[in-house]
Amino acid sequence: MSPLLDVRGVTLRYKTPNVLVTATERVSFRVDTSDRFVLLGPSGCGKSTLLKAVGGYLHPSEGEIRIKDRVVKEPGADRMMVFQEFDQLLPWKTVLENVTFPLLNARKMSRRDAEERARAYIEKVGLTRAIDSYPHTLSGGMKQRVAIARGMAMEPDILLMDEPFAALDALTRRTCQDELLQLWEETKFTVLFVTHSIAEAIKIGNRILLLSPHPGRVKAEVRDVDKVSSQDGSAGQLEQQIHDLLFADEPAHH
Amino acid sequence: MSTTMPARIIMSEAAPAADGAVERQLGTAEILWNSGFVRKTVIIVVLALVWEIYARILDNPLLFPTFSDTVTTLWQQTIDGTIPSRALSSIKVLLMGYVAGILLAATLTMLAISTRIGTDFLETMTAMFNPLPAIALLPLALIWFGLGNGSLVFVLVHSVLWAVALNTHSGFRGVSNTLRMVGRNYGLKGLPYVTKILIPAAFPSILTGLKIGWAFAWRTLIAAELVFGVSSGAGGLGWFIFENRNLLDIPAVFAGLLTVIIIGLVVENLIFRTLERRTVQKWGLQH
Repeated sequence: MSPLLDVRGVTLRYKTPNVLVTATERVSFRVDTSDRFVLLGPSGCGKSTLLKAVGGYLHPSEGEIRIKDRVVKEPGADRMMVFQEFDQLLPWKTVLENVTFPLLNARKMSRRDAEERARAYIEKVGLTRAIDSYPHTLSGGMKQRVAIARGMAMEPDILLMDEPFAALDALTRRTCQDELLQLWEETKFTVLFVTHSIAEAIKIGNRILLLSPHPGRVKAEVRDVDKVSSQDGSAGQLEQQIHDLLFADEPAHH
Repeated sequence: MSTTMPARIIMSEAAPAADGAVERQLGTAEILWNSGFVRKTVIIVVLALVWEIYARILDNPLLFPTFSDTVTTLWQQTIDGTIPSRALSSIKVLLMGYVAGILLAATLTMLAISTRIGTDFLETMTAMFNPLPAIALLPLALIWFGLGNGSLVFVLVHSVLWAVALNTHSGFRGVSNTLRMVGRNYGLKGLPYVTKILIPAAFPSILTGLKIGWAFAWRTLIAAELVFGVSSGAGGLGWFIFENRNLLDIPAVFAGLLTVIIIGLVVENLIFRTLERRTVQKWGLQH
């Protein structure tokens, strides 16, 4: 069976005014249906760039990205993005309208069906009482929940999450992580999740791809991450192992 | 969890709030004073009082009529239909120029966001024409379009176009990258992308452009009407002011000026303020 997402030998380069930066070099990985696949690495490993390429915002200068055997050429609603920034919600729309907007525009659903589905997903993220609020009245955690509900309501092939909890305070981040896992238990959606936190990667993922920086290359893949638990300390051990691996050839100047 | 946890958790007892209430209703006076409208009305009333007192002390109706004289003249001329018809003819011309200016600005901005040469064109044109007062084009307009509404509309378009185009364009450029990516994520492209993402996201700047454009247009129109007023027998407010100065009917001149101010205030405080409250303030893009 072909994988849901197939990233084959992808090299990504982008131009700054003076230099051509190679963000990732010949990165390959495969994501299967219902995977919680985490891209993990220090800053500069091109994990966000890679996610944007899967989103269709960047074109690989080498290799190709296939989703359900179709080559990714441009952004599309089959891959819904959840960004780190709080301003990803349309400020001129209420929570409900934000969730229904892509359903109406990209899925061409009828208003009634769209609202019904949007309400169901807003309830799943526990925001029913804020359904008619405008985004600026919501807290950071609530905004990210709306963005997740918006992404999930589209029932995309894959949900692309770019450090969605990185800008949240520690307590809210933990709650949001727990809720995301809860949602996954209910619907088993496929998610590609970018983070720079090893603990978050272990908590969220069932597979982790470790990337090394400058340029981003695949260092290792960790499988069966969901077998470890924080109770018996195996999660802590894995965290230490990953840490050692990521910073193994780091020069000792700090 | 192990049973030998060294740390201990001591629960605190729930205590009632100190004065029994979390929210307190504000007094009527406080609520009124918190309203900008009330505070500004107070300022206007005080200014009118100062005017009245000063004019009475001066006692020279030819130079400086009292507030009450001005209001009386305003009332009489309003009742007999002079001022309303003059105001109406001004507003009609204004709307023609304003709408034409906005449409042109929209076209220019569309060109500017879709092509690089369009951007350069808009930037060069605004850099050249924005500092040029529209009224300076009036002599030229009179040669081209003659004594009539054509000339007025021409200078009005010029006064509206650059302000609106400049603000709209900078608003579009200020739309955050995240919102752009969200829009493209939904597969929006071309015109739907502009109308459903860019325009609402840039709306604060667009509204500012519309406000500035309106203010420019109103000033330009009154000034232009002072230069030549009558076309097809019905002059505007500027002409009304000019005419009455020639007749040395100074209270009527003041009444004309007051009408110009009142119309300006009404548009600014009722139309634009309402628009602001229903859009950018409701969306939390402006406080």
